[in-house]
Amino acid sequence: MRNRNATAYRFLTPYLLIFAVFWVWPIISSFLISFQATRTVPWRFAPAFNWGRLIGDPAFFNALKNTLLILVIQVPVMIALAMVMAVLLNSPLLKARGLYRFAFFAPVVVGEVAYSAVFRLMFNLNFGIINKLLNSVGLPSIDWFSNVTPAMALIMIAVTWRWAGYNAIILLAGMQSIPEDVYEAATLDRVSKLKQFFFITLPLLKPVIVFCLVLSIIGTMQLFTEPFLITERGGPGGGTETLGLLLYRQGFRSLNFGYASAVAYTMAGLAIAITLVQLWLTREKQ
Amino acid sequence: MSSLSAARLRRSIALHLFLTPLALIWLFPLWMMVVFSTMPDNGIFSPGIELLPHGNFIDNFNNLQHDTDFVGAIGISVSVAVTYTFLSVLLTSMAGWALARYQFFGKGAVVAIILGTITLPYAVVLIPQFIMVARDFKLANTWVALIVPPLFNSLGVLFMRQSFSMMPDDLFDAARVEGVKEWRIFLFVALPLARPMLAALAIILFLASWNNYLWPLLINSQPGSMTAPVALGTLIGLTKVSWGGIMAGAVMLTVPMLIVFVLLQRHFIAGIAAGAIK
Repeated sequence: MRNRNATAYRFLTPYLLIFAVFWVWPIISSFLISFQATRTVPWRFAPAFNWGRLIGDPAFFNALKNTLLILVIQVPVMIALAMVMAVLLNSPLLKARGLYRFAFFAPVVVGEVAYSAVFRLMFNLNFGIINKLLNSVGLPSIDWFSNVTPAMALIMIAVTWRWAGYNAIILLAGMQSIPEDVYEAATLDRVSKLKQFFFITLPLLKPVIVFCLVLSIIGTMQLFTEPFLITERGGPGGGTETLGLLLYRQGFRSLNFGYASAVAYTMAGLAIAITLVQLWLTREKQ
Repeated sequence: MSSLSAARLRRSIALHLFLTPLALIWLFPLWMMVVFSTMPDNGIFSPGIELLPHGNFIDNFNNLQHDTDFVGAIGISVSVAVTYTFLSVLLTSMAGWALARYQFFGKGAVVAIILGTITLPYAVVLIPQFIMVARDFKLANTWVALIVPPLFNSLGVLFMRQSFSMMPDDLFDAARVEGVKEWRIFLFVALPLARPMLAALAIILFLASWNNYLWPLLINSQPGSMTAPVALGTLIGLTKVSWGGIMAGAVMLTVPMLIVFVLLQRHFIAGIAAGAIK
């Protein structure tokens, strides 16, 4: 490898330029905007204006509570499910592997709008196929859109359907990079498949699992489209309102950029805190 | 030996008995998307259970086109996704090449910053990006607004850096001895060698642009400048709207991607898996 400052930066410049204009400056800018009163022109510096409002705003705490609730339930369930998919897809006993892979990986290419529309129809109270199927086995219909608990469940089901296969792809690739002879040695020593999973696969896969967790947490933290389109702007009555939706409402409906920036930085702070805790919990013991 | 293979057979049957229902559940929303798109609205909103396609797709599509100019929106989406993919692959592979093949001042910092952005929510840059593009540059409702801000991506650069750094040095040194310029080595030696990785990257970037919703929703909100997902999204929740039409639009957004996915599955999976594997 050669030391060539000029050549290297010639290759890097276009990328770094985009990065500087559309990322570095906005990161600084939104921090500054969060300390300004932006409801009147010209904007003025007022440090406590947005942050003070934030800590006393029931709408913010409602959105925070919903976001954390989805995070705590949906992410672990999805990663566990992705792990089950990956382990079973990796089994040498599996026939017609391509068909199963297609079934689980296909949602990865489906856009948020398209699948939100389908989920809305499928879970419709009177005409949705899900309630019809529930009725056909003697169960009562569930009003997915007018009650908070089923509405939250619906959001979690939708997100899990969309992203479990994505995580399974990453986990599967991680499993396939574990050398075969480790398992062969374990099998010769009569270690059961279940024990092999817990004592070989899981520890060796830890960095990949952490990567999936971090990506999923950051994704779910910003959840916007599903409560926007499926449960109709965070309904019923703010029951599925998320931080992403609050940011959209404040920033782009009320055009209150200062308050929306404070919400954005709250999300960033949470994401960084959770990521650091993850990394700390799974750190390599020296 | 036969007891061993009998045990294997039992395990295999159990595996398929568990996995098949799960796979069917996972395919169900996609199947229902297709079924809905072929049913008239009064069929979708009727008490019976319908699990098989009907023949109403063309009518539904006409209803959709009546509700919003979906064909025009598809045109914008395709043009934007193609342009974006080309530019982004170029930028990303140039940066990846620099990080993989040269030692230079500030390299560690550049890599650390790129890694750091993975854990940073996009929400933090959204508002200033919007203010800048819409108010300062006056570029709202243009293709530039849809293409340029999303050009920064971190996982793609790390993927290309990985791809280029795995190539043997001799290849490039031989060209250097001949006096070939660095940019020619990149264009005519490195890029052709990286073709499978570029394909994986291109597919992922195309898909990201094709499905992108939040940014196009904010920045291109005028009817003639909307992308297809945004145009479709405006119909969801309206009271007088053809749901068969919405489903026809969902199918038009989804089925081409599913076909690409089936044809190029290997590249697809490589592109997604790349983020995690060192």
